[in-house]
Amino acid sequence: MTSTATEPPADPVLERVKTGVEAFDDLVMGGLPRGRTTIVGGTPGSGKTVFATQFLAHGITELGEPGVFVTFEESPGEIEANMASFGWDIRGWRETNKLAFVDASPRDSDQVVVGDFDLAGLLARILHATRSAKARRIVLDSITQLFDHFIADQALVRRELLRIATALKKEGLTVLMTAERNSEYGEISRHRIEEFVADNVVILRNALDRERRRRTIEVLKMRGSRHVEGEVPFTLVGNLGMVAVPLSSLRLEQQSGTKRVTSGNAELDRMTCGGFFRDSVTLVSGATGTGKTLLVTHFLAGGVAAGERALLVGYEESRGQLFRNARSWGVDFDAMEADGRLKVVCLYPEAQSLPDHLLMIRQLVEEFEPQRVAVDSLSALERIAPETGFREFLISLTSFIKKREIAGLCTATDKSLIGGHSASEQHISTLTDSIVLLRYIQETGFMHRGLMVLKMRGSEHAKQIRRFTIDASGMHLGQAIGDAPAVFGDGRGDGLSPAGGTL
Amino acid sequence: MACFRHTGVPASTGPQAPHVSTGRRSGPNGYPSLRLYIAGGSPTARRALANRKRLIKASNGSIDIQVIDILLSPEEAEQAGIIATPTLSDDSIDPPRRLVGDMSNIAEVLAYLGYPGKDTAP
Repeated sequence: MTSTATEPPADPVLERVKTGVEAFDDLVMGGLPRGRTTIVGGTPGSGKTVFATQFLAHGITELGEPGVFVTFEESPGEIEANMASFGWDIRGWRETNKLAFVDASPRDSDQVVVGDFDLAGLLARILHATRSAKARRIVLDSITQLFDHFIADQALVRRELLRIATALKKEGLTVLMTAERNSEYGEISRHRIEEFVADNVVILRNALDRERRRRTIEVLKMRGSRHVEGEVPFTLVGNLGMVAVPLSSLRLEQQSGTKRVTSGNAELDRMTCGGFFRDSVTLVSGATGTGKTLLVTHFLAGGVAAGERALLVGYEESRGQLFRNARSWGVDFDAMEADGRLKVVCLYPEAQSLPDHLLMIRQLVEEFEPQRVAVDSLSALERIAPETGFREFLISLTSFIKKREIAGLCTATDKSLIGGHSASEQHISTLTDSIVLLRYIQETGFMHRGLMVLKMRGSEHAKQIRRFTIDASGMHLGQAIGDAPAVFGDGRGDGLSPAGGTL
Repeated sequence: MACFRHTGVPASTGPQAPHVSTGRRSGPNGYPSLRLYIAGGSPTARRALANRKRLIKASNGSIDIQVIDILLSPEEAEQAGIIATPTLSDDSIDPPRRLVGDMSNIAEVLAYLGYPGKDTAP
């Protein structure tokens, strides 16, 4: 017993300090460890100051933890102005002594160095500020600037920075220091600051990919605790700040209900043995003009007729076009919107980045609370994003839809008109629960359209290819095609057939 | 004693005991005063104080240097934006001149401040 008593107790589970960036807190098991120092590295414009300010803002507004902002770069007034768009009332916090600034930004002064010096002046000011504000959190932004200020005395700055970090730790403060990086994928920070002061290292990136900016956050090191590895996309949103987009694939915990909802088409309901599952995502795939938007229209109208609310996010056609199409199939979108049963949002995919699209859909769902959601089409979104970004988007979207127990319907456009499969299908198909294929079928001089339910997780479904026609009341499924040519494959190997074969 | 960067006749205040600033911006005789920011009794602070005396002597008492211990008055350091200590600050001109360090080379300090005094250091 005596030997165990003298052993230092194992470090208990570190208390966590929430940063206010929810998905980031998930990555680090609840937040930054209390009383420790975290370096946030990033290139200019990667969002370091936003992240740092949000860390303070969350403490002040949500948890009653005052903070100190030590700025080496921008003046407090500039920070106040720059951060106002995120809804942070920095001036108000300063007036109520919830936030104190230590202004170490460059001043207009002529300076020389004669003899030895230290940074006790800075430390005294920081400690004074933390004590008078009773701060629990502190940000130093950015310490690279401090090195640049004393360019001839790098070793001294290191030593003094370590002294400051130690003093802050002793005060029990949770410290966030930002540091500049020269490149997105290179050494962690200039001056290798992380090596001597940091318990934890976080990297923000703002990489150019296919002419688009892609922002990500990555936890590189967490001393003494676990963390989720890899880059997570994030976006900067007005009045919110930094919003990381969680890769919900981390937890595959959606409930799988057995409740069915109508597809909006009685025949298709029969083919799927009772309609789609309530918490499932269905992909409608086909070449242009095969009737994807028609199926979407049926899906929305069927929901509204059953007393549900339906949301459509359109990326290919304008509202006017969508409404006119619907009218031509006997569906009155105007009346549905007037009843508050339908919401149609149309925009160009290029209008914003993929994470922003995802956030927008999530916001719409949270506000409108629909029971069904359609996205037309995913292929349009795919154009604007790198492949990894698109896959992440899909994972997040489908898991969000399922978690909210919403029936989802997405469309994807085949690149070739007859048969074939698109590149997007290959990863879309594994992420969706059901797949409905629409194809052109050439038959003795006529071009018909055919529909097939290729896959349906957790359910029996009809396996035939059904010919269909379109008239003023929409889609009508007809006879099964008995001896059609191999139109659902392109003869070069069909990437989709294995998925269908799992049932 | 011929030319002073500051206007007028040199003040003959002579060496005086360090005193904590009262926030005034000028010396006892109305001449602009220098301020020396130090942090308590650290070795560099002690050296800076010793060099302050040498500096005043070298200028034949024409320089007035207020001493501000930022451990006692951190607000003043905040206001002046002091990062490093010791810092000798001449706020009489715009932009202010700042000299960081323990002033181990008196001649260099005088030259920087624009005083033509002789270094009396051994």
